[in-house]
Amino acid sequence: MSLLVDKWRPKTLDELAYHEDLSERLRALAQTDFPHTLFYGPSGAGKKTRIMCTLKELFGPGVDKLRIEQRTFLTPSKRKIEINVVQSNYHIELTPSDAGNWDRSVVQEVLKDIAQTQQVDLNAKKRFKVVIINEADLLSRDAQSALRRTMEKFTANLRVILCANSTSRIIGPIRSRCLLLRVGAPSEAEICKVLAYAAKKERLSLPEHVATLLARISQGNLRRALLSLEALHTQDPTFKTVSASHSLLTGTKQSASDLDSVPRPDWEKYAGRAAEKILGEQTPERLLEVRGMLYELLVHCIPAPLIISTISKRLMDRVDEEIKADVVYWAAFYEHRLRLGSKPIFHLEAFCARIMSVYKQHLLGIGFD
Amino acid sequence: MAPSSTTQKVDAFAMMRQAAAGKKPSAAAEASPPKASGSGSSSKAANSGGPAVAPMFKPKGSGLGAGPKHVADVENQPWVEKYRPKNLEEVSAQDHTVQVLKKTLGNSNLPHMLFYGPPGTGKTSTILALCKQLFGPELFRSRVLELNASDERGISVVRDKIKNFAKTTVTTNHDPNYPAPPFKIIILDEADSMTQDAQSALRRIMESHSRITRFCLICNYVTRIIEPITSRCSKFRFKPLDVSSTELRLKEICLKENVDCPDDALRALIKTSDGDLRRAITYLQSASRLHSATTPPTPLTAISVQEIGGVVPDGVMAELAKALGVESGAEDVEMGEPSGRTVGAFETVQRAVEKVVREGYSATQVLTQLHDLLILDPLVSPRAKAKIALTLGETDKCLTDGADEELQLLNACAKIRKAVSEAA
Ligand SMILES: Nc1ncnc2c1ncn2[C@@H]1O[C@H](COP(=O)(O)OP(=O)(O)OP(=O)(O)O)[C@@H](O)[C@H]1O
Ligand SMILES: [Mg+2]
Repeated sequence: MSLLVDKWRPKTLDELAYHEDLSERLRALAQTDFPHTLFYGPSGAGKKTRIMCTLKELFGPGVDKLRIEQRTFLTPSKRKIEINVVQSNYHIELTPSDAGNWDRSVVQEVLKDIAQTQQVDLNAKKRFKVVIINEADLLSRDAQSALRRTMEKFTANLRVILCANSTSRIIGPIRSRCLLLRVGAPSEAEICKVLAYAAKKERLSLPEHVATLLARISQGNLRRALLSLEALHTQDPTFKTVSASHSLLTGTKQSASDLDSVPRPDWEKYAGRAAEKILGEQTPERLLEVRGMLYELLVHCIPAPLIISTISKRLMDRVDEEIKADVVYWAAFYEHRLRLGSKPIFHLEAFCARIMSVYKQHLLGIGFD
Repeated sequence: MAPSSTTQKVDAFAMMRQAAAGKKPSAAAEASPPKASGSGSSSKAANSGGPAVAPMFKPKGSGLGAGPKHVADVENQPWVEKYRPKNLEEVSAQDHTVQVLKKTLGNSNLPHMLFYGPPGTGKTSTILALCKQLFGPELFRSRVLELNASDERGISVVRDKIKNFAKTTVTTNHDPNYPAPPFKIIILDEADSMTQDAQSALRRIMESHSRITRFCLICNYVTRIIEPITSRCSKFRFKPLDVSSTELRLKEICLKENVDCPDDALRALIKTSDGDLRRAITYLQSASRLHSATTPPTPLTAISVQEIGGVVPDGVMAELAKALGVESGAEDVEMGEPSGRTVGAFETVQRAVEKVVREGYSATQVLTQLHDLLILDPLVSPRAKAKIALTLGETDKCLTDGADEELQLLNACAKIRKAVSEAA
């Protein structure tokens, strides 16, 4: 069985359930030629789905015939790198950041190759081909620079669609060459609508309060909401474990058990437990224990920045108003260091130690700056 | 890219498909050598693979006139390209530069040059226009070499390309309509992405070929170019376009393209594009597409221009400012709580930030607008403003380093809230 997320994924702009004005805009843009674009927005907001729908609008059903291939490049230093590409007759999709430090070579090789050949399918609705670049905000500056002139010189043959979580790390010259399209996260009501639709298609009866709860904990991430729906349904087909008076639904103060009683991914629950451990006792022994948990998360490939932000969110839910600002201060501080540094565990552990110290001082009523 | 190599471009897609059709991935790797290393060899590989699949994209330039072919239609060209200045006259706003360069059209000498300035101010356009006017279409290919960041620019590659290019002597018989001075021009666009080593090597290359070549380096940040190079060049600074030049150029395009762009929309275009003419033109074209798609077509509005430009709407900003304890005369925002639980100041900030982040607005944009809003607000004390400035600076740096947007924005907002409330 394919996952719910994929099974009922909209295929055309008309099927998209929210941001109708944006869909309208994309339809208008697709009518004539199409500019280079940069889709940005939080993850799970449906950027990729929207891009694929736009492609369909541009080229018709041919874009659904996808092939996945592996391409090999030689870097200037004669090192072989391999990268997966997904393509149809009209477009090619790649994630250059997969190639790590060699992302510039990927951009140089693939893009120029495509840019310098013309569309041969004379019946194609557009003269250009589209290159979709995923995780554009993770591209190195060099890789981004390599895009610049190519985007200008080959406008006759090529359109670039960049997909990113944020525009902050996209260099100015690239932003200047793209039309920026913001894809905001769907609202709670919109997520509920999509969940209800998927439930109907799957013929399961989904109580309204369960949908609302799933939407609320998904924090605007539609993919996550759908995945949780599926997971919850497998565990509890009638949804009887979710109470209609859950504190997250009524807006009352949340206890630790409330926070744990909602369907979340396992790793997130685990990170939540690490946060509780920090608040439970502030000793070197406990820090050692927490460190073990951090390692466990890292081993399961949870990105370190996500670990910090998840733990800090949980902490902010649980600590007193007076020290919430300190929690976010240190979270922001160590998350930044983590990005610049090379060993994630150092910074994760330092963060936890710092929070323990701050929290303990707070408990003892000692003032600090 | 060397002009000659375009004609030999091979359909990489077809090769990839053939490779995937029967062979293992490792074989595919061998069947598609990187094109930097081979020229004609890869085309053989593609052909010998048999008639498995018809190529989807054919080499550019092959089969000219053979059968139907897509013709380049100027109509569908993006306006930034359509209205790229074709000669020095058409370059707006960079008066000083244009004036100096025009003189060089008359006499037959030209210094090495360094163009620098922010994106979309006409650097690339100006050098291309100058070269066209110097050499005309006939000689352009043999006299001008453009290398940019999309080309491999390791030291050895650059040296080889330049050596080859500089090798052939300049011919003297030419179209009398163009001055065609007796040297070649090498454009190194986006030079700030060259490594220090490559730049040092470049300096030697510049010297050894200086009899026959002139260099024009182009970059955004002049500080990224090493001193020995900058000191060998005449420097030209490209300024962000001023309001009236931008306005003039946009109006000209509106007229030619039949765009109904009222004054407030025009002002919004100028403001959101911030001296970057390319951005202004892109926004103009996108907005006009949207408004001409409605039935009946409507005039452009400031709102749609702002949305295209990624500007956070005033209402959203006012709500955020209110959560930060700054009342900028905005109407009341609901902060009620169904359970009657009182919401602390931090939580109010947290929710406001979460909302902005979920909407997908970029944190840098939010900070920029917060800055404009707070720094000009007469009700915020100078002391608070000083603290806010510190916070904004730190946060901007962290964001550029790639730190998490939500954490950074939340931290900045919490600090701003504190600064504002302490001073009150
Ligand atoms: N001074 C100008 N006069 C007229 N048009 C301009 C000017 N500056 C920019 N433009 C418009 O913007 C487009 C991009 O300009 P250009 O390529 O010269 O920018 P650039 O300075 O090289 O930018 P980058 O630093 O991003 O490479 C041009 O095609 C043209 O339409
Ligand atoms: Mg340029």
